[in-house]
Amino acid sequence: MGLLTPDPGLVFWTLITFGLLVFLLKKFAWKPILHALKVREETIEFSLAAAEKAKAEVQDLNIEKEKIMNQAKADRDELIKEARELKQNILDEAKSKAQIEADKIIVSARSLIEREKNEAIQEMKHKVAELSVDIAGKLLEQEMEANDKQKAIIDRYLQEVNFN
Amino acid sequence: MRHIKQVILVLVVLFSTQLIYGADAHKDDASEEFDPMEMIMHHIADTHEWHVISYTNGEGHKVNITLPLPIILIYQGQFNVFMSSAFDHGHKVVKKGDVYYKLYHEKIYVTDADGTIHYDDHHNVKNAKPWDFSITRNVGSMFLSVLLLLWLFISAARKYGSTPSTPKGLQSFLEPLILFVRDDIAVAQIGKEKAGRFMPFLMTVFFFIWINNLIGLIPFFPGGSNLTGNISVTMLLAMITFLITNFSGTKSYWGHIFWMPGVPVPIRILLSFIEFIGLFTKPFALMIRLMANITAGHIIILSLFSLIFVMKSVAIAPVSILMGLMMFMLELLVAVLQAYIFTLLSALFIGMAVHEEEH
Repeated sequence: MGLLTPDPGLVFWTLITFGLLVFLLKKFAWKPILHALKVREETIEFSLAAAEKAKAEVQDLNIEKEKIMNQAKADRDELIKEARELKQNILDEAKSKAQIEADKIIVSARSLIEREKNEAIQEMKHKVAELSVDIAGKLLEQEMEANDKQKAIIDRYLQEVNFN
Repeated sequence: MRHIKQVILVLVVLFSTQLIYGADAHKDDASEEFDPMEMIMHHIADTHEWHVISYTNGEGHKVNITLPLPIILIYQGQFNVFMSSAFDHGHKVVKKGDVYYKLYHEKIYVTDADGTIHYDDHHNVKNAKPWDFSITRNVGSMFLSVLLLLWLFISAARKYGSTPSTPKGLQSFLEPLILFVRDDIAVAQIGKEKAGRFMPFLMTVFFFIWINNLIGLIPFFPGGSNLTGNISVTMLLAMITFLITNFSGTKSYWGHIFWMPGVPVPIRILLSFIEFIGLFTKPFALMIRLMANITAGHIIILSLFSLIFVMKSVAIAPVSILMGLMMFMLELLVAVLQAYIFTLLSALFIGMAVHEEEH
């Protein structure tokens, strides 16, 4: 059967042509194409890995940021609380100090008044004594002149003395 | 998609008109009965001239336009090159030196000056045959496919620069196919480490078979040749697979063939015999499968269109065309499927041969 008998001429030409085709395509097509595809695949793989890494890094950074923010907030609250306490303390201290000062002032004022009063009484006593001596002198003088008159003079001087 | 439809429509119309022209010519010549068997066999066999178109001219003569092809013959140390037109479609005997050549049923025989053909009792030609290295239609068609493949893949390869970029145009059409052969055929069957060595052969064989299958489906010049349905071509391709497989066979591969481990000795002897035959049946199956599938496709399509002339009725033409269209669709699938199967099995055999036993 003719269909199943190989033809040496065609076998020969197929061998030459196919061999040449494999050689040429290998050199000018398969090698550059397969190499380019491999390079591309590796680049894509690498880029994807890098992107994944960058994503993870960004996530880490976000977490870090969150942490720092929270820390900062806590610090701020702490500071405000401390400031409030400090203010209160200062106020309280100032108040108590003022109270003590005022008490001191009042006490010293009181003792001053007491001392002045005593001094005034002392002085008045002096004055009274002097007056009494004066009056007694004058009275003695008057006694020498007239009895009535002496009495009137004593009255008159006593009238003159103002104890206030 | 729309373009593909248009192309197929044009192909079908052209194919059918060509045959209808033929029919008219036959009607004029009542003595010449239409013989579908002969027509089909002529179509699927190799020829020494490239038929372009036949038509009947104004005077009712049938005109065959053919492209003459170079004839290269070696006979008794004599080397002859001439154009096939010298045979005048087999009507003339060509004299080179003191040898007469005659083209008889697309074969070249050595004859006497009158071109007498001698037959034996079984009607086989007894005349001597020269070594025929002519550029036949199949060889020409193969050259065409090679030029096409070189143009396609080298121009695609040039678009790949040194830096990676997205594929464009032709590149984006061919790249998935290349990746398919690489990943789903070569790497899947042979393994990532060893596939690289066989990649050029597998790639080339896949695209060579596919494009030649497709060229064979084009019903007009310069297509229509039955190259991948020719046993010479499939035999050579299968032989290359056979040689690659056995030359890259590892120790464990040969061990499994001639001394199967882990079975009793009598069975080992039996198995080695079976495995030895298997060495040859595998490429033999490759050869027959491709040749039979492609030739069958050609025969079916040609038979369907022959119906019109066997029935001698134009009324059957729509049926023939519709069924022919269906077969064309199927053959488009078969074209890629057979290329895939051939490449896949080649890769499978190579993969089996290079497989290292894991201990």
